Amino acid sequence: HKEITPPKEGEGVTINFITPEGEKITKVANVGDSIMDITQAHDIDLECACEGSLACSTCHVIVDPKYYDKLEEPTDEENDMLDLAFGLTETSRLGCQIVMRKDLDGITVTIPSATRNVKFEGKKIS
Amino acid sequence: MAVVLVLVVVLQKKWFSAFTISSPFRLAVIGSGPAGFYTAYRVLKDHQNTLIDMYEALPVPFGLVRYGVAPDHPEVKNVQNRFEEVAQDSRYTFIGNVKYGEDLTLKDLKSQYDAIVFSYGAGQEKSLGVRNENEPIKNICSARAFVGWYNGLPQYRDLELDLTCTDTAVVIGQGNVALDVGRILLTSVVELSKTDITEYALEALRKSQIRNVIIVGRRGPLQVSFTAKELREMMNLPNTKFHTDSELVKNELFTNVDIISKDRPLKRLMQILEKGMSNSIGYKSWTLKFLRSPDEFIAHGNNDPFRAKYVRAVNFHINRLEGPLEKRVAVPTGKMEELETGLVLKSVGYRSIPLEGLPFDEDKGIVPNYKGKILDSDSNEQPGLYVAGWLKRGPQGVIATTMYDAFETAEVIVSDIRQNKPMISKDTINTAKQGSKAIIPILHQRGIRTISYEDWKKIEEKENEAGKAKHKPREKFARVEDVMHVLDT
Ligand SMILES: Cc1cc2nc3c(=O)[nH]c(=O)nc-3n(C[C@H](O)[C@H](O)[C@H](O)COP(=O)(O)OP(=O)(O)OC[C@H]3O[C@@H](n4cnc5c(N)ncnc54)[C@H](O)[C@@H]3O)c2cc1C
Ligand code: FES
Repeated sequence: HKEITPPKEGEGVTINFITPEGEKITKVANVGDSIMDITQAHDIDLECACEGSLACSTCHVIVDPKYYDKLEEPTDEENDMLDLAFGLTETSRLGCQIVMRKDLDGITVTIPSATRNVKFEGKKIS
Repeated sequence: MAVVLVLVVVLQKKWFSAFTISSPFRLAVIGSGPAGFYTAYRVLKDHQNTLIDMYEALPVPFGLVRYGVAPDHPEVKNVQNRFEEVAQDSRYTFIGNVKYGEDLTLKDLKSQYDAIVFSYGAGQEKSLGVRNENEPIKNICSARAFVGWYNGLPQYRDLELDLTCTDTAVVIGQGNVALDVGRILLTSVVELSKTDITEYALEALRKSQIRNVIIVGRRGPLQVSFTAKELREMMNLPNTKFHTDSELVKNELFTNVDIISKDRPLKRLMQILEKGMSNSIGYKSWTLKFLRSPDEFIAHGNNDPFRAKYVRAVNFHINRLEGPLEKRVAVPTGKMEELETGLVLKSVGYRSIPLEGLPFDEDKGIVPNYKGKILDSDSNEQPGLYVAGWLKRGPQGVIATTMYDAFETAEVIVSDIRQNKPMISKDTINTAKQGSKAIIPILHQRGIRTISYEDWKKIEEKENEAGKAKHKPREKFARVEDVMHVLDT
């Protein structure tokens, strides 16, 4: 994936992630970085299995409606993959296709939970 | 607050790896496809003090990513980079060319591991139950065999198909694999020659006379199981027109408009289908034929000595759809239709088989489990035994589906470890478990040549070199002997 350089003072754009556990992580990124680049650079759990080539759906994120409309329309190819995403919503996008711009400063994206949280559950099943 | 929490977690992890005196958790993984690798990835990430040994029946890793995914979809194979990362972890060991159930038993594993994940996939195909299916009629094979053949799976290296004796192929089944094989038959060899398709398959395709591919399903357009990307690719094939029963399609779209409008993937799929119906130019063609269930394979008679024993046609029942709109079933009308064809590819799905020591649900074709924890016939959890991937869920779904389900299994494993749930019990003598350090010598004694990840990297390098000479990403070794030969030189 693309190497990310920290943005220069005053030039960065802010992005907030809500993790599947509900934790909020705020990062400052460069204009031109994709959400895939940002998550990978900061070790935020978003799998991005096909590394941005529109051949999976593991980079699925849910975009805050206020920002969703600012994004360019998804291409047919992105929509094809979104159709396979888990828990698809009206404001779902693929993280590898969202590239940060000045007007996306402050955007919040939620990383949907892929698996039900099984930690410390599972007793004997009968 | 969040920062403090994160710190605590980090410190805990560090503490575990640096100061723990308890012996590591030893996990065996059976099968090196996406399920095996994603489970390993997640367990290694979430539980530091783990050692994982992955056993694979074939000499080389990656399962269907290497032997299933179509050669013209190289971007799908990017997942291998993650698997590579797992393989580079010092806590991971790959042991190839070892077949669980033959070379290696459950008893062997139980003596050396705390837990086992079974992720050996679905290595067989479903049968159709069609008359003459088991007769030796030539040019009929499963899509699984055809895919294995063009992708270099050793089992099908010598598959005998004649692509020169006919211009028409029938594919039975309407899933993504059916579209994959149809697309490969209709794609120009110039395009294919840039992919990692095997050279012998390319050679056969170069001579191929097949111009028409008919993809047949027993139900209607709303019940197909292929997805948008694959359908779009079919519609975009150059010089290829598309045929279907447009009356039926229009009628089904019209009568089911409520269901379709509420189901985004279905709606988009149907849009692609509808739009494609205007593709009417090209010297090649592909057809989606609905409402047909195969009844009989018919061979040429002896009066045509060149074609005797080759398939001539498939006879189909013509069906109609019955039942509530969301649960349509195909019911035979009593009418039949014969389709002339010189090649038949059966693409009705993969099937897992039970292997030694495992409970198995014959109906569902899976190892019974709760979120990946294997259950016996009374639904009791089996200590230390887990399952992931197609063997856990059935042979459906893309790599992403397999990944999520592998993550679920991994979470259950880690959670079981943390809760101190019983794992595979210690030997009576209570000696510490050794994992592959103890198993590999046993395998060698049995005359099995094990393949390490370093060996694989050598093989891969040779494949890449051979590919470079032909301007393709790699040229796979499709014979086990050839793989071994690389390691001997
Ligand atoms: C033809 C085809 C094309 C596909 N194309 C795509 C695609 O383009 N995109 C996509 O997202 N998904 C695709 N898929 C789906 C994807 O391949 C599966 O979701 C995924 O591979 C399932 O992973 P798995 O690990 O459960 O099984 P597998 O990938 O089958 O892995 C199982 C592994 O276990 C090994 N094994 C078997 N028996 C034993 C034994 N006794 N001992 C030891 N090891 C054993 C096998 O050799 C294999 O390596 C495709 C599937 C097929 C069949
Ligand atoms: S990373 Fe695969 S589609 Fe975005």
